[in-house]
Amino acid sequence: MTSDGENRAPAPAGEAPLSPERRAFVVRVSLGLMGLAAALVAVPIVGFLIGPLIRKFPDIWRPIGKAENFSVGKTVLVSFRDPSPMAWAGVTAETAAWLRRDPSGEFTAFAVNCTHLGCPVRWLQDANLFMCPCHGGVYYSNGTVAGGPPPRPLFQYPVRVNNGMVEIRTSAVPIG
Amino acid sequence: MNKVARAAMKIVQPLIDAFEERTGLIKMMGDLARHPVPPDTGWWYVFGSATLVAFMIQVVTGIALSTSYISSSGDAYQALQFITTQALLGNLLRGMHYFGASAMVLLVGIHMTQVFIMGCYKYPREFNWVTGVVLLFLTLAMGFTGQLLRWDQNAVWSIVVGAEQAGRMPVVGTMMAHFLLAGKTIGGATLSRFFAFHVFFIPAIIFAVVGIHLFLVLHDGISEPPVAGEPVDPATYHQKYDELIEKRGVPFWPDAAWRDVVFCVAVVIAIVVLAAIFGPPKLGPPPNPSLLARDPAPDWYLLWYFALLALIPHKMTTPVILLAPLVGVIVLLIVPIVSNTGERHPRNRPWAVGAVIVIVMMIATLWVEAIREPWSPDFTAQPLSAGIVGVSEGPIANGAKLFHEKGCEYCHQISGNGGHRGPDLSFVGDRLTKDDLTIRIMNGGYNMPAYAGNLSPQDLEDLLIFLGSRRHPGSAASGGK
Repeated sequence: MTSDGENRAPAPAGEAPLSPERRAFVVRVSLGLMGLAAALVAVPIVGFLIGPLIRKFPDIWRPIGKAENFSVGKTVLVSFRDPSPMAWAGVTAETAAWLRRDPSGEFTAFAVNCTHLGCPVRWLQDANLFMCPCHGGVYYSNGTVAGGPPPRPLFQYPVRVNNGMVEIRTSAVPIG
Repeated sequence: MNKVARAAMKIVQPLIDAFEERTGLIKMMGDLARHPVPPDTGWWYVFGSATLVAFMIQVVTGIALSTSYISSSGDAYQALQFITTQALLGNLLRGMHYFGASAMVLLVGIHMTQVFIMGCYKYPREFNWVTGVVLLFLTLAMGFTGQLLRWDQNAVWSIVVGAEQAGRMPVVGTMMAHFLLAGKTIGGATLSRFFAFHVFFIPAIIFAVVGIHLFLVLHDGISEPPVAGEPVDPATYHQKYDELIEKRGVPFWPDAAWRDVVFCVAVVIAIVVLAAIFGPPKLGPPPNPSLLARDPAPDWYLLWYFALLALIPHKMTTPVILLAPLVGVIVLLIVPIVSNTGERHPRNRPWAVGAVIVIVMMIATLWVEAIREPWSPDFTAQPLSAGIVGVSEGPIANGAKLFHEKGCEYCHQISGNGGHRGPDLSFVGDRLTKDDLTIRIMNGGYNMPAYAGNLSPQDLEDLLIFLGSRRHPGSAASGGK
């Protein structure tokens, strides 16, 4: 070791500055890694949020009541449970339909949602009409549009008589 | 006392100094608070601060409410009843949250109007206008989702109405509707989804955008009050603004901020007083989708839009639902692009003032109509009294009975009774002949159902006789128009 060497200050520790090429490379790698981490977190989150869209809902025939209990020519409100209600759904698992027994004896189950914006339509027995309170949509007893803004007739649920029992098949909220 | 204070400061001051030495926060906050702003900003500049204060009220009252609120579809209604009727100050807190939301919507609208009218969005503050537009729509989204957390029958049906509107979107409509419902029907997952939107997703975005908004206020400086005849020119604006700040600028705190403080405190007092006097909106019946006796409507800040959907031609419903919000966003975003230079003073911008007047009048008119709801059948209409009908038996009396039973009265008014959906028929006998009435009743019309097949010949005859008898006193006994 020379005397010069003894007097020289120690070289500063640390890395040399990155070359421009290497700097561009590490920027790309860093951004890629951050993107990968974000995707790893985001994929399960997005999947969880859209889960209800791809969850299978079994269509279930819900018994409504004995056929003999429904008068011919009458339209009555019936309620039933959703196809697969969650345990904490409470009363929100209930849904309803307007059940009509035609003079021929056939049953028709109308969705309660107005086809304009989904508001609950009411059945006026004496007037023989469905009316919507929101924007004045009116339907005839067979569900066809009688007046106002509804673009199409009332939606219908599949309905059948099984061993003397009227059954409605649960369905999604009718979306225009 | 001074000795005590001095002794305390001897202990506290070194701690403050040590904190400041290590963080620099005190100086930074002081510099921010005292940053120079243009002189003479006056009372027009208080609405932004007040909007932020209203938002902070929403945050703190919302956090407090969340300690008792249960975001479960089956339990939220009972939790709300508990908060409203049993929890200490729960009713007041719910009221503050409601009136805080109303204040926030109102103030964000006033703030935006003021910024537009005074041309504050022009160069170099165009991007801050854009962040303001984003905050406007986030505020409305908070209002809508917040209304739904008031988990009663109105909330349930409002969600259905919202989902139906989303369902009008081409291709992805049904998927969007089911995304909002968190399933194919209202159910257990629906409320928790809206709860998450209302308390996590949207507020997080609001915090971020408010941060950018405030940063840009500091970055670009508070806009100087507009002067007629002094247009904005990007080439010279910064030089002029810097000279103004240098020569006549005043520290924001306290020279300008005292007005913000006064107004913001007034807003807080108004919210608390209104909440104490009026309380929160009453809870409706339980959120049971099989109960139909409901006329769902949004809270007041979206009621005008609900009225718009009722008043437009029926075939325009889908285009309006899909395009109106989009057009609104685009127009607001385009404003600073097409008009970011030139005059700022409203005196020299008649089109800007006119646009604001037209928009305000349009919304106000729709609000008035929404309160009247003339398009909505009046299901509460009672049978016409014998005093109004004029007789208590015979064909006229039977016609009046049918007028109620067949639902005519829900849409038509006679002598102040009945709905407003159709024309007032108090004096229809003076206007229409028997044949005219027959054609209208049997064939129906744009909003009216056809009653052919729904009335026996005798019932129709009685109804016609009753309607024909609705005349001005003293008009001819027969004939009509």
